[in-house]
Amino acid sequence: MAAMFFMVTMALYFAATVSFLAYLLWPSEALSKASLGMTAIGFAAHTIALVARMVGTADVSPPGFHEALSFFSWMLILVFLAVEFRHRLHVLGSFIVPLALVSLVSAAALPETAPTLSPVFRTLWVHVTLSMLGTVGFAVAFVAGLMYLIQDRLLKSKRFNVLYSKLPALDFLDHLNQQSIVMGFPLLTLGIITGALSAEFSRGSYLSWNPEQTWALVTWVFYFAVLLGRLTVGWRAKRAAYLTIIGFAGVVLTLIGVVLKGHGPVS
Amino acid sequence: MHIVVVGLSHKTAPVEIREKLAIPESRMNEALTRLCSYQGVREGILLSTCNRVEVYAVVDEIEAGYGRIQEFLADAHLSLSSEQLTPHLYWHQGDRAISHLFRVASSLDSMIVGESQILGQIKDAFEVALTHKSTGIILNKVVKKAISVAKRVRTETKIAEMAVSVSYAAVELAKKIFSDLSEKTVLLVGAGEMAKLAARHFIASGVRHVRVTTRNPQHGMELADRFGGTAVPFEQFREDMASADIVLVSTGAAHYLVSEDDVQRSVKQRMNRPMFLIDISVPRNIDPAVRHVDNAFLFDIDDLKARVEQNRGGRLLEAEKAEQMVVDEVGIVRQWLQSLEVTPTIMALRTKADEIKRAEVEKTLGRLANLSESERELVETMASSIVNKLIHNTMVTLKAEVNSSDGVAFVEAARRFFSLGDPAGSTVNGSAVESHIQSREEATPKAGAKTPDR
Repeated sequence: MAAMFFMVTMALYFAATVSFLAYLLWPSEALSKASLGMTAIGFAAHTIALVARMVGTADVSPPGFHEALSFFSWMLILVFLAVEFRHRLHVLGSFIVPLALVSLVSAAALPETAPTLSPVFRTLWVHVTLSMLGTVGFAVAFVAGLMYLIQDRLLKSKRFNVLYSKLPALDFLDHLNQQSIVMGFPLLTLGIITGALSAEFSRGSYLSWNPEQTWALVTWVFYFAVLLGRLTVGWRAKRAAYLTIIGFAGVVLTLIGVVLKGHGPVS
Repeated sequence: MHIVVVGLSHKTAPVEIREKLAIPESRMNEALTRLCSYQGVREGILLSTCNRVEVYAVVDEIEAGYGRIQEFLADAHLSLSSEQLTPHLYWHQGDRAISHLFRVASSLDSMIVGESQILGQIKDAFEVALTHKSTGIILNKVVKKAISVAKRVRTETKIAEMAVSVSYAAVELAKKIFSDLSEKTVLLVGAGEMAKLAARHFIASGVRHVRVTTRNPQHGMELADRFGGTAVPFEQFREDMASADIVLVSTGAAHYLVSEDDVQRSVKQRMNRPMFLIDISVPRNIDPAVRHVDNAFLFDIDDLKARVEQNRGGRLLEAEKAEQMVVDEVGIVRQWLQSLEVTPTIMALRTKADEIKRAEVEKTLGRLANLSESERELVETMASSIVNKLIHNTMVTLKAEVNSSDGVAFVEAARRFFSLGDPAGSTVNGSAVESHIQSREEATPKAGAKTPDR
């Protein structure tokens, strides 16, 4: 059942992506409503798929990249729907839904259960969940940064097109960027701590300086600097947008690298 | 009974004529009394703004009604004759009159399409008419509908969102930089007319902190007072610029007052919080090189004008959508008005009664299988005469009251008592009967005082 709902979700997110991208170009209310509807139904299907899978397999297998990415995409849509509900910001969907789709397709491409490494699945689940929540924060910050740069460019070049009229005010995007990092950073911190704990259980050392661990720490230091820079020396607006885009690109590259190298479970 | 409108607007009459006809608020009551005293005028409402003077009325006969209203308008000013007015007037009746009112309310007929003032003016005019009880079932319904159509046009099209004046275009742009203007500070440099207008638009859009600087300190203080802001010495304003989120510059200076460095410094002091600079001066007062400063957004008069031009085009598109809405809504009102006519009501009543009779007779005869032919006829005759007697009085009353002032109320009452179907969604604003009963109750104490003889 989980597999079927997973496929339904993917189809709906795909359709929603197409229609959300079309919405960027044409000023149509009907299009945004259709996109939103498909996203919401897709989200419901995704929720069922996740629950069905958890009921079926919890406690017997450790979370792999498939689960992590699927959960990541679910959280992204959840955040989008929450922001949409509060601020009526349809255009956010044109950026977040494609990202969720990419993540879901990547999940589908990966095996569902990763090779078993150790019996400490429970802490591993906590670690993966927290890290992914942190990553969701960075992903939203990335999207906000991207939208910020586009709007900034449109204002500077005085091109008042359809996209200009749909994108929200610059300071709103900057605020969304800040809030996402403020939420994402502590979650990543906790994710790293639980990761170190589970590594200690399974391998006997908190930190073995393998590539994922190293990159996780680099990411942590990077976002720490971004956050600190914003609060102290005014790294906001355009600079914050650039930094969060670079940061997220780093996160994605790390994930790709780790997956390609064929490491089993995340740590 | 016919709805008519006679009037003139900025499209048909020059201001010299419009201002003569304009009815000041203080004389509105007297004017309404005069309008309703004309024979054959059953309901009336007056709309008088600086761009139009219009009389909407329900009259017994169209041609006579037109004449009376034209007479009424000409009487408004001693130096005007009815003939002088004729070339400037327009006359519409029925659907076209209703459609005209809907278009006016939706600001489709305004000098600046999409402006919002006219709706308020129609509401005020309606208020006065209600107090004066010069409107009845028909105009109450139609004007209320016009107000709801206008609201629908405003929410469902973007007609009102598009800035079509340079000063307002600045506000619209600011909203793409700052989501909440109420916490922002505007610095007004110089006292150019356009800049003052823009400052007023900003205040109307929620800005609460205004700082003013002009070369003449006295003048600056006065302006600051007028905008509820504070004055800043002219020599200092460049240092002070960092405290402003929006800088509006419009002075007569022939050189740049604000340099790239000034802005660069301000943005730095603001810790990269965005800054919005508007240069409405010609020649320009802000160095165009400011465009290269990150997080500073400079717009000059040409940029604003280009934005306005773009919006004008957009408004035309939105206006087409709005026109379609008006057409649809006029259709709904037309159906409602038709339902108020007597002949179709009587026919509907007759049909309904016959249907009930036939159904009941068939049912009864079906059970009494062993009746003779004459007995069957008897049953049928009995059913017919019961039905006829029951509806007889209603039909006679409807025919008798058709020309009375309560005619439409009787029609609608009959439609509701006999469930004759109500095609026109009279549920939208309460039914005619309800509003009529209400207005009658209110009017009772002095009903005889003003009702003209008919």
